[in-house]
Amino acid sequence: MSVLVYVENTAGEFKKSVFEVVSYAKAIAGLLNTDLTAISIGTVDPSNLNLLGQYGASKILNVNSDQLKSFVSHSYASVIASAAKSENSAVVILSNSFSGKGLAPRVAAKLEAAFAPGAVALPEISGNNLIVKRVAFSSKAFAFTELKAANKVLSLTPNSFELKVDQVQPEIIDFDPQLTNDLNTIIKDIVRSTDKVSLADAEIVVSGGRGLKGPENWGLIEELADALGAATACSKPISDAGWRPHEEHVGQTGISVQPNLYIAIGISGAIQHLAGVSASKTIVVINKDPEAPFFKVADYGIVGDAFEVVPQLIAAIKSYKAG
Amino acid sequence: MKILVCISSVPDTTTKITFTNDNAQFNSTGVQFIVNPYDEIALARAIELSEGGKGTVTVINVGEAETDPTIRKALATGADDAVRVNAKPRDAWFVAHQIAKYAKENNFDLILTGRESIDYNGTQVAGFVGELMNIPSVSIAKKIEVQDQTALVDREVEGGKEVLSISLPCIIGVAEGVAESRIPNMRGIMSARTKPLQVIEAVEVAELSSVTKFETPQPRGEVTLIAANEPEKLVELLHSKSHVI
Ligand SMILES: Cc1cc2nc3c(=O)[nH]c(=O)nc-3n(C[C@H](O)[C@H](O)[C@H](O)COP(=O)(O)OP(=O)(O)OC[C@H]3O[C@@H](n4cnc5c(N)ncnc54)[C@H](O)[C@@H]3O)c2cc1C
Repeated sequence: MSVLVYVENTAGEFKKSVFEVVSYAKAIAGLLNTDLTAISIGTVDPSNLNLLGQYGASKILNVNSDQLKSFVSHSYASVIASAAKSENSAVVILSNSFSGKGLAPRVAAKLEAAFAPGAVALPEISGNNLIVKRVAFSSKAFAFTELKAANKVLSLTPNSFELKVDQVQPEIIDFDPQLTNDLNTIIKDIVRSTDKVSLADAEIVVSGGRGLKGPENWGLIEELADALGAATACSKPISDAGWRPHEEHVGQTGISVQPNLYIAIGISGAIQHLAGVSASKTIVVINKDPEAPFFKVADYGIVGDAFEVVPQLIAAIKSYKAG
Repeated sequence: MKILVCISSVPDTTTKITFTNDNAQFNSTGVQFIVNPYDEIALARAIELSEGGKGTVTVINVGEAETDPTIRKALATGADDAVRVNAKPRDAWFVAHQIAKYAKENNFDLILTGRESIDYNGTQVAGFVGELMNIPSVSIAKKIEVQDQTALVDREVEGGKEVLSISLPCIIGVAEGVAESRIPNMRGIMSARTKPLQVIEAVEVAELSSVTKFETPQPRGEVTLIAANEPEKLVELLHSKSHVI
């Protein structure tokens, strides 16, 4: 038996969240006194596959078939489930990324596994069961979920587990899953804005709210984000008004983020907004109203007019970066 | 086209989340329950797709009698009929089995769910049902069109989207942007009273997991205020104290 981790590539490369999930899976393999096998689907250069060895994957199943060039949840789930069976892996770990969210429940259902989505910490072992801490109530709480079935699937919330180097020399094996699935899904087009840091992966997020008055002022948010190498986000009224695209809306009914640093500018801190951002490690709030509720959950606050404070902050960051 | 929309009843978004019974149970005392916001968007899209005689919309909820108001609201919004599977929605695995069973017996072309429920946030149901029915699933869709026997779907991916063409039947988890959620009007509310709400019994499902306890996040310490004209102090603290830049 081994622990199996699915490593998702983006155009042949692995992002930091992939190494996080490998580190996490390796730690679980350690708890269970077993080895870690990774499964990669799609075309990835062996030099990139070898990088997985840095975080403790001793065996890598490489699935490189034409049929599986792009992500389709039911066929990828079949491949991962068949790898779990052939590796005799009772524990399968995925990232709770957009694709992982589509994939993990299907993998769990195929294996009749108990499933914990959105894990944020290492599980506790209780007999044959695992107790997993996961996000619930839109980050207003955590639930400890006990996985009681023989097979277990966990998906890890990005940016919630530290990378840990544990160098091994991985053995790379071609894996042929022998697909028979005939469900029809065709990917017609993939549109990715590559020039921007994506919100889900970002370590720093700069977010703007109604305090910015109008879309014409978003240059301030973008300039600050550029200076920090950050992604941009917004509160719900901003995307509702069409000032910014929906995919930037964070909060209870938008994206949940937990970057290392979240900077909120002109956002009041409504409970629904906080639900999606309060797990951020450090929170900075810039608001002209000293009574804004956001200050109650912030680490650092500046009471002031965004139009005066932000340009000065950009200058301060630029001079810090310049050394 | 026959469309099934899965709706769940969740605590209102302003709810302060607390627990009872030694943190083993969600404290629902005084909590207002609403239709899960993403499910409302799914319902709105289903109604748009069915309007003008193009189809019918059935809503399904797994819940006890106390969720009937939530179902009536969905009917008032414009669904044609409703089914309640009479059981406590123990977990997503249980709920998915109930939906899959009903959907298998009733030949829907399209099944919509919200991308996640705002209480347990699992993004599980669409994937589970897809697998149990052996049909394609998309967990987070930003746009849904239907042409003949095909759904054209924009799936959210890191930093962008994928445009998919999927043969029906399929199940899709709906995110923001797919439609504007609708508010029932007076006529809808009146007609909802007479629309069919069928109550069916649940099938048994093995319990694979259970919640042992809940925890609320650690409160942050006091906020450190920095003068508006000294942002370099903030930069210094973010670097040397918080180690985030
Ligand atoms: C079902 C439901 C779900 C919701 N989900 C979400 C969600 O997911 N995400 C979300 O964000 N919201 C959500 N909301 C909306 C939420 O309740 C708030 O209305 C919203 O977050 C407020 O956005 P805001 O902070 O940008 O605007 P406001 O509340 O209007 O706050 C603007 C802030 O800007 C400050 N300000 C004004 N001028 C300046 C200036 N010149 N310089 C500095 N500061 C200034 C003001 O002091 C104020 O604090 C939801 C609501 C409901 C009912």
